[in-house]
Amino acid sequence: MSAASRRPALVAGAIITLALAAVALVSLLWTPYPVAVMNIAARLQGPSAAHWLGTDQFGRDVLSMLMAGSRTSFAVGFVAVGIGLTIGAALGLLAATRGGLIDEAVMRLADFTFAFPAVLSAIMITAWLGPGAVNAVIAIGIFNIPVFARLARGSALQVLSREFILAARAAGKGTTRIVVEHVLPNIAGILVVQGTIQFALAILAEAGLAYLGLGTQPPNPSWGKMLNEAQTFLHRSAWLAIFPGAAIAIAVLGFNLLGDGLRDLIDPRLRRQR
Amino acid sequence: MNVLEVDKLAVSLGTMPIVRGISFSLPRGGTLGLVGESGSGKSMTALALMQLLPAAARMDGAIRLNGEDILNAGEARLCALRGDRMAMIFQEPMTSLNPVHTIGDQIAEPLLVHGKQDPASARRTAMTLLSRVGIADATRLSSYPHQLSGGQRQRAMIAMALACRPDLLIADEPTSALDVTVQAQIIDLLRELADETGMTLLIISHDLGVIGRIAERVMVMYGGAVMEEGPTESVFAARLHPYTQALFAALPSRGARKGRRLAAVPGTVPPPNALPPGCPFYGRCPRGQEVCRDNPPPRVQEGGSTAYCFYPGRDV
Amino acid sequence: MLSFTIRRLISLIVTLLAAALVVFVVLEILPGDPAAVMLGVQATPETLAAVRAEYGLDKPVPVRFVQWIAGLVTGDLGISYTYRVPVSTLILERLAVTVPLALIAIALSTAIAIPLGVFAAARHAQPADAGVMVFSQIGVAIPNFWFALLLVLLFSITLGWAPSGGFPGWASGAAALGALALPAISLALPQAAILARVTRSSVLDALGEDWVRTARAKGLTRAQTLRGHVLRNALIPVVTIMGLQFSFLLAGAIIIENVFYLPGLGRLVFQAINQRDLIVVRDIVVLLAGLVIVINFVVDLLYAVIDPRLRTRR
Repeated sequence: MSAASRRPALVAGAIITLALAAVALVSLLWTPYPVAVMNIAARLQGPSAAHWLGTDQFGRDVLSMLMAGSRTSFAVGFVAVGIGLTIGAALGLLAATRGGLIDEAVMRLADFTFAFPAVLSAIMITAWLGPGAVNAVIAIGIFNIPVFARLARGSALQVLSREFILAARAAGKGTTRIVVEHVLPNIAGILVVQGTIQFALAILAEAGLAYLGLGTQPPNPSWGKMLNEAQTFLHRSAWLAIFPGAAIAIAVLGFNLLGDGLRDLIDPRLRRQR
Repeated sequence: MNVLEVDKLAVSLGTMPIVRGISFSLPRGGTLGLVGESGSGKSMTALALMQLLPAAARMDGAIRLNGEDILNAGEARLCALRGDRMAMIFQEPMTSLNPVHTIGDQIAEPLLVHGKQDPASARRTAMTLLSRVGIADATRLSSYPHQLSGGQRQRAMIAMALACRPDLLIADEPTSALDVTVQAQIIDLLRELADETGMTLLIISHDLGVIGRIAERVMVMYGGAVMEEGPTESVFAARLHPYTQALFAALPSRGARKGRRLAAVPGTVPPPNALPPGCPFYGRCPRGQEVCRDNPPPRVQEGGSTAYCFYPGRDV
Repeated sequence: MLSFTIRRLISLIVTLLAAALVVFVVLEILPGDPAAVMLGVQATPETLAAVRAEYGLDKPVPVRFVQWIAGLVTGDLGISYTYRVPVSTLILERLAVTVPLALIAIALSTAIAIPLGVFAAARHAQPADAGVMVFSQIGVAIPNFWFALLLVLLFSITLGWAPSGGFPGWASGAAALGALALPAISLALPQAAILARVTRSSVLDALGEDWVRTARAKGLTRAQTLRGHVLRNALIPVVTIMGLQFSFLLAGAIIIENVFYLPGLGRLVFQAINQRDLIVVRDIVVLLAGLVIVINFVVDLLYAVIDPRLRTRR
């Protein structure tokens, strides 16, 4: 059997995400048309040989904007997951190794942050600080912290209960060294898997905020923002709404498949349930 | 007429033969014990009788319940027979009871499923059954499995199996998960109930003590095949087959605790597809010769016991 | 069961207070003078002082927190700066749209997902199962507001079956329900996709349990076993996910209400942000968070109803 037929999710996910990453990189150097340049004469044109995915109400090339928008999605995903992963994993490891009151405090805090989904906390933060990509990313990142904290704590506790930890302690290694040398390498895989899934969620959340006008601000390209503008022209220029949405769906699908595939790779026992 | 007749029953999973053509019959009120280590095919035989094998399993031969061929019966007919004419109790009373239903509901369920009684009278019957299996406290009917002790759960399982007064009760390791003191109580209860109702009992155990206490006849299984069979007293006295002897040798001395019981049969049960074409016990048998490996062992009778072995006998 | 409920109730109140405290503290920490933010360019020293006095912003922080909590409990949240009507009236009006929308969406997603998940599990490793899994992956990936636009494109613009937005008010009866149809479907799709997946795996888990064999040994058919034994056990993780999903549903409702111009809480909070009516934003955020917490409290109680083991433990 080929690799693709044995792990279809992993292969499909990897292909989609790598392709998107390639598009994002290429868009830094080249897009079919300059992204921010308007051309009123060519406004609201349907897909054609000149504009493969048509043009928007300002005559901007949709394909070029989509390509540039992928950069925004990747940036948002990396920063939001980065915030959540680093702070969350640190808190989770602290809770796992210290236990007691610190553990209790971290877990209680994580427990009720579920009441504030990314969009809600982003709304609160942007209401005060004003809309913008940075504030949106911070809000999404904060929402990611408890997810990683809980995961890191749970997996770290499992690792800490294993025999080789006892051996390391017996050898006189301190807690910090044990965490760095033994715990982190063992939980890194599962954190990366969750990171991939949260990456997909971050793309979705940013798109939602940008659609509401609370995320990325013009002239920076963003798929969510494009959908917002497309709604006005829905009755006559449907392609404007179809392509950015499809781009979001494909990106999210890619990262989710990649995450699921990686999870199966790391923990084959979970495979049946997926 | 025999309640149960099994003729050259074979079960295989994929390419692995699990049960290799065993035959036996059980008259009304008879008790048969199947004994052997885990992996010897006992439980698969029991599940084959209930027609509850995994979907991937293939069966051959014949199984007749009250003269009716159930190997070729349709699913609807099987559902009508299961729980009504044949019932089964399992090894793990904790996991074999549904955690979200009350004991009373679970005992009454067979009566309702088979349309024997209306809900109100099924509940009364459940109460009678529960007290019959030794749980006098009627409030236990509304208890959930997790609120009962291991012994009580197994009693509830027995009550459930007896609800429709089946002709055949199959008990698969009914006491293995229980404390030693409770084991004896459950075995005695099963024997009493079998005597009282005249039902036929097929009891499966790896514990010769359990079999000796309850079964009139015994069948020693290994590698999916019968090694030795006969009236329990005769088999226990004759011990023609080296495997029977190994089982006896592995019995703990009096007073030893459970968990050690069969640990001492030398070697381990090989996977079913690694067995030789001849006697399955060949690889672990102290008397094994080349002839044992390549040829089906002959049938030998002595002192009322029947064994399948080239070199039978107690003292060789 | 009673002591279980009381213990949960106490933890509910503590959690609600903690959530309110977090919202309050976060907004205190964030830079900026709320009065100045609300007034924007019209701010003069006099108007600033007036707004501060009206909203008690001149009082010490602990006093303001206590007054705010008291207001939340009594329902007296003051007057909205932009709408000049009591905030509580404003919120209640909008809840009359958001709550039915959320309930219809939950009902819809449950009605789709649970049968689909059970169906897939019953046909495990067959094409039907794979089909459900593909549906689920795609459903999770599709942003609900994009799905909403596609629905509008098909059912409003092309077919003309449903309005593309707006809400005629409950007085108009069926038309009001019709206006909620497309929004509810767009909210329900991603939820259904996740729920179908969870249902499938939890039914698969339950099917592997020993008591399934016991039920079959009693003479229950496959379908009877599924209905009578497997489903209730499999529901335990499904209910957990439904509880967790509720917060995503509310967040989704904020976006979807804006797609369809529905006068619900989500639209209100969005408008309040644009008009810099911070008091309204804060109250709605805490209300939505409170709603999520209460729903999860109800889910906790539901567990105990479904799973008797939880009534005595903990």
